[in-house]
Amino acid sequence: MVWGYYDTSLPPHLRVLKDEIEGYAREYGLDFFETIFEVVDADDLNEIAAYGGFPTRYPHWSFGMQYEELKKSYEYGLSKIYEMVINNDPCYAYLMRCNHVVDQKLVMAHVYGHCDFFKNNAYFAHTNRKMMDEIANHAARIRRYVERYGEDEVESFLDKCMSIDDLIDIHSVAIRRRDDTSKYDFASLAAEEPQDKPRPLKFRAKPYMDEYINPPEVLLAEDEERRRLKDMRVPHFPERPEKDVLLFLIEHAPLKNWQRDILSIVRDEAYYFYPQAQTKIMNEGWASYWHSTIMTQKALHPSELIDYADHHSGTMATTGGRLNPYKLGLELFRDIERRWNTGQFGPEWENCDDMEKKRTWDKQLGLGRQKIFEVRRIHNDITFIDTFLTPEFCRQHNMFSYVYNEQDRNYVIESREFEKIKQRLLFNLTNLGKPWIYVIDGNHGNRGELLLRHDYNGVELKLDEARDVLANIQYIWTRPVHLETVINDQPTLISYDGSHYTQEKIKKLS
Amino acid sequence: MGQKIEQDLQRFRKIVRGKIKSDLAKYISRGELIGKKGKDLVSIPLPQIQIPQFRYGKKNSGGVGIGPGQPGQPLTAPQGEGEPQAGNEPGAHLLEVELTLEELADILGEELALPRIQPKGERNIVSEKDKYSSIRSVGPESLRHFKRTFRRALKRQLASGTYDPHNPIVIPVREDKRYRSWKEVPKPEAVACIFYMMDVSGSMTDEQKELVRIEAFWIDTWIKRHYKGVETVYIIHDAAAAEVDEHRFYHTRESGGTKISSAYELCHRIIDHRYPPSQWNIYAFHFSDGDNWGEDIPRCLEILRQQLLPKLNLFGYGQVDSPYGSGEFFEHVRELVDSHDNLVVSRIVNRESIVDSIKEFLGTGR
Repeated sequence: MVWGYYDTSLPPHLRVLKDEIEGYAREYGLDFFETIFEVVDADDLNEIAAYGGFPTRYPHWSFGMQYEELKKSYEYGLSKIYEMVINNDPCYAYLMRCNHVVDQKLVMAHVYGHCDFFKNNAYFAHTNRKMMDEIANHAARIRRYVERYGEDEVESFLDKCMSIDDLIDIHSVAIRRRDDTSKYDFASLAAEEPQDKPRPLKFRAKPYMDEYINPPEVLLAEDEERRRLKDMRVPHFPERPEKDVLLFLIEHAPLKNWQRDILSIVRDEAYYFYPQAQTKIMNEGWASYWHSTIMTQKALHPSELIDYADHHSGTMATTGGRLNPYKLGLELFRDIERRWNTGQFGPEWENCDDMEKKRTWDKQLGLGRQKIFEVRRIHNDITFIDTFLTPEFCRQHNMFSYVYNEQDRNYVIESREFEKIKQRLLFNLTNLGKPWIYVIDGNHGNRGELLLRHDYNGVELKLDEARDVLANIQYIWTRPVHLETVINDQPTLISYDGSHYTQEKIKKLS
Repeated sequence: MGQKIEQDLQRFRKIVRGKIKSDLAKYISRGELIGKKGKDLVSIPLPQIQIPQFRYGKKNSGGVGIGPGQPGQPLTAPQGEGEPQAGNEPGAHLLEVELTLEELADILGEELALPRIQPKGERNIVSEKDKYSSIRSVGPESLRHFKRTFRRALKRQLASGTYDPHNPIVIPVREDKRYRSWKEVPKPEAVACIFYMMDVSGSMTDEQKELVRIEAFWIDTWIKRHYKGVETVYIIHDAAAAEVDEHRFYHTRESGGTKISSAYELCHRIIDHRYPPSQWNIYAFHFSDGDNWGEDIPRCLEILRQQLLPKLNLFGYGQVDSPYGSGEFFEHVRELVDSHDNLVVSRIVNRESIVDSIKEFLGTGR
């Protein structure tokens, strides 16, 4: 591909390295789509990164904002991007042209780790592997709307969509919550046509008793009664609380066609990107595990050792007490490998109280490699942490949990207890650390108003932002919108009718 | 191929500068990157717009970190905006309202002007001056450069072999002649003088002084960029006033009582001595928390009315909100606004209102 004014294909010396490293990766059993490397300048890499990896993304100022941040931090030497990989078939990976050869090697090895993860991890199974094309189509559609309806109009609608693009139901890709309605399903039409008189069903009894057991007229009456009750009950709309607020709006909000299309574009992309956020720790850990394994065991030339060590440790560094997903993931994978190599798992290990015995525990099972391959296939960050984070690991890595201190208005270290750390970590990973919002009623008060509910679990919403989001949803729904949440420990209903906010206390969340 | 992202970036910048679309304006934050230049930390301005989403508030929120420390100990280093596993909003992002000169000028440039500026004084008229600093090969004989002309003649004779050391006669011809020449040098137009007065008394908290300094700095920077040769005078006061240099104005920490009249008197004295109003456009800005010593107020108003206002093009009074004290001085000054159209008052509530305050002072159309 020719990008800008220069050729982005791998130069010959890198092509040799690519073949070498791809060979190592396959030897180790990594399994990936074909990977296409493109070598681009810093500016272009920053641009691609700002677009979330897709150079053909639709136009929006927020990408410009991202770009400015990346550009400034690169130009002032604060940070730089080494690489970008796109979950697609074929995988696309971008390398920075000015990087040193040893960096390119490291990055390639890292990229193959990611590609293997994309292809094999269960949570990526539902992602569109032709997203490169899909995103370009999205962009073409949005550009067309911009031409037709004006930049300000489309952009302001996009802003509103982006404000709710996290209100999706991530598990819906794996669980069918409802059947897809087929275009070729004419059953609903048939239902409107007059049917034969309903005939009650019953088992045949002995002939001489048949008349007396469940006589037809009684059954018919019961049937009638049941039908009457069913008709009386107003069906819930939606039937069950709907977490995919975007889908609900797409299907039921009075949108113009172009608006509906934009909303579904935003939703499609949100579903595509979700697994990457959902497996950040694992994905980076897995890629780091493989770059360090391939580099230190195979690809590294002795003269490159210092540079490699410098960059590897830079990536793994923990600064300011912040959890580094690369580091956490890598160490957890190594810990799992060690435990399954030595047999430090299962009831026998867990029930053992003899510390000395535990210290030297080694059953020489050698199951480590096999285990981590299994882990990368079936886990996401939540189950990964839940299953494999151990008290020993927390102690060894000096982990702590912190909490917001209301009085001092800062965060303080809360505890070093394993349970607490795990709980905090899992909380922040659950639903990507975002609140749970459901559509409860699309015909609230029988006035066509929309009722949302925040599933309160101990942490309250940031109120000012929640109000603004509510206003955005109201714009899309056009009728008043309500949100049940908890404010200062008090169940509360916030409403926005298009011009005014109201807030009233309620007894409990519905 | 031009970069596609450039269009998005331009769009973003326009939104930040308020050229288009006001409904995002409230989400703009003036963030920054902290860079290092030698030993010093420098702040690189990085405005951001955060699209609102349902997010958790801070109450009861937390996360997991790595490192030493006892339970109960506050997290020290500012934690950047979060990876999900590091909590959604740990620690405050270091905020400093600071912009590069170009950005500042761009943002404020079109909306501000020194109000009521008038051509004054003779220095205003002469804008360019000739300076003899170069050499040409043509010119009037009166400007002939004797030495250079003969040097060139000597060179020519040496090169062509007509020079005789025993009979050292050098005769310049037409081509040898060199003349002095001049350049037109713009002479700075020193027509305006800006007074900055700041209350540094004990009732002003550091935060308030910071606000005042930021505002003064912005005004100062903007004026210096757009008007050449503007002179500035810095005055700080508590119960007594002193003229200080720029560095002390921006860095001093003092405390004590407040007598605003002391600053006004000093300002008046300096005007009389150094900047006669017939020759100068004079602007004065005074920043305070409005907590003056009660008996001093009538005196202040008298100086203002009788002596300062008639001589000034503009007097701007900016008051920061004070956690202590009454801030009553604001009301007193405001009473004068109706009768004096060269008086502007403005309240500075917080960092966000600094720009508005500057616009009140220097907005075009005044």
